[in-house]
Amino acid sequence: MDAKRYSKLVKEITPGSPKLSGFFRAFWVGGFISMIGQGFNQIGALIGLSYQELPMFTSSLLVLIAAFLTGIGVYDKIGKYAGAGSIVPITGFANSVVSPAMEFRREGLVMGVGARLFFLAGPVLAYGISASVVYGIIYYVLEVAGIWG
Amino acid sequence: MGLIGRRTFLFENDVSIVSRASIAGPKEGKGPLGAAFDMVMDDDLLGQKSWEMAESEMLRRTVELCMRKAKKQTSDIGALLSGDLNAQIISSGFAARSLGVPFFGLYGACSTMAQSMIAGAALVDGGYLENAVCAASSHFCTAERQFRSPLELGCQRPPSAQWTVTAAGAVMLMKAEGEYIRVTHGTVGRVIDMKIKDANHMGAAMAPAVMDTLIAHFEDTGRDFRDYGRIITGDLGIYGRKLLIELLKDRGINADEEKLMDAGAEMFYKEQDAHAGGSGCGCVASVLAGKVLDDMEKNAYERALVLGSGAMLSLLSSQQGESIPSVSYAAALEGGSGNG
Repeated sequence: MDAKRYSKLVKEITPGSPKLSGFFRAFWVGGFISMIGQGFNQIGALIGLSYQELPMFTSSLLVLIAAFLTGIGVYDKIGKYAGAGSIVPITGFANSVVSPAMEFRREGLVMGVGARLFFLAGPVLAYGISASVVYGIIYYVLEVAGIWG
Repeated sequence: MGLIGRRTFLFENDVSIVSRASIAGPKEGKGPLGAAFDMVMDDDLLGQKSWEMAESEMLRRTVELCMRKAKKQTSDIGALLSGDLNAQIISSGFAARSLGVPFFGLYGACSTMAQSMIAGAALVDGGYLENAVCAASSHFCTAERQFRSPLELGCQRPPSAQWTVTAAGAVMLMKAEGEYIRVTHGTVGRVIDMKIKDANHMGAAMAPAVMDTLIAHFEDTGRDFRDYGRIITGDLGIYGRKLLIELLKDRGINADEEKLMDAGAEMFYKEQDAHAGGSGCGCVASVLAGKVLDDMEKNAYERALVLGSGAMLSLLSSQQGESIPSVSYAAALEGGSGNG
């Protein structure tokens, strides 16, 4: 059997991840996390936070809760159930920073925690920030040329 | 004594398994094979300060138990042949450090136990060692952090993924006559690569290597499925086992499915959420030192072929986009009461 035929056989025999239940779980858990975020937003508004302060207030609280849930070993169970539903919101980002911090504590604070803290979140930060810089330059050029803005 | 066919060793001098021991983690202890392990750990850390040292301690205790059962001291041991999944096989090296016995460090990924039994049997059969302790270990928490992601990261695994087993197994080989189970043949594997790149589907990467070694073993010895009571693969998982059956069919060999047992596929209940089953050096090692030899001692079957299979990838090769090469070793076992 050659590699091509074998690869076909592997595809035939191996089941894929269950899509429908996966979508459903991601949808309701992701939606639920967003709803909690919206709740924090409303509370923030009630206690008189400004429009600029609200997103910071909400995301800090969500990150705090996700970090806590990671610390007590609950967030990985939520993630296992919900998949993208708990990875995509900012809580997933917190989980991806706190979990390596816990994992590599034994290798020391510098080469362990320090060096590995962003090994999962690092790519998101690097490409996220790079993309925003590129976007900023394009926006600036278009603005100077009078096409946009 | 010597080579038969192309790559099979024949051990003619009653190389016997005079002692065996297995220790498994808490999750493995709750699985269908739990009762067959000598000891089930209460927690994953065994009082150590890191997962790596816990794995090493588990291996050390397994080897020590194996020696104790044979009424041997460390000073009586010819050599320890052992390996694990950690980089530079630190579990084995550190265990050998505390044991203070002559040591061969081996690496064949999940095939290590079969590899060490063949090498150990050859050294004992050839008269270079009076006895050899052949062992292997793996630990879920050391494998996860090395190959996958931090334990507390919330992510999902595909159905084809296998669960690295926390367990260690050891057997002591020695020339001895009597009711012992003997190692009679060892077939050395080639590294086979069928261009599978999915590191979450080791069973698919390894099944072709298992087929290659199994066919070589049959050709070299003139045996086939009928000559064995069990053929134990370790660890293809549920889907890898199915692939092996299909691959054999393609080569015109009808696998006797009742005889084909996969150590990984047997390790956990479905509710234990291990997806395609167990994997890791300790999986087939502990199943062999536990369930398989238990059954053989009870005369459930006379002959068994243990086919360890290992995926010879690393995180680097995988990140560099290379496919997964695999190797498989076969060790033939025969009951003492049988037709020697």
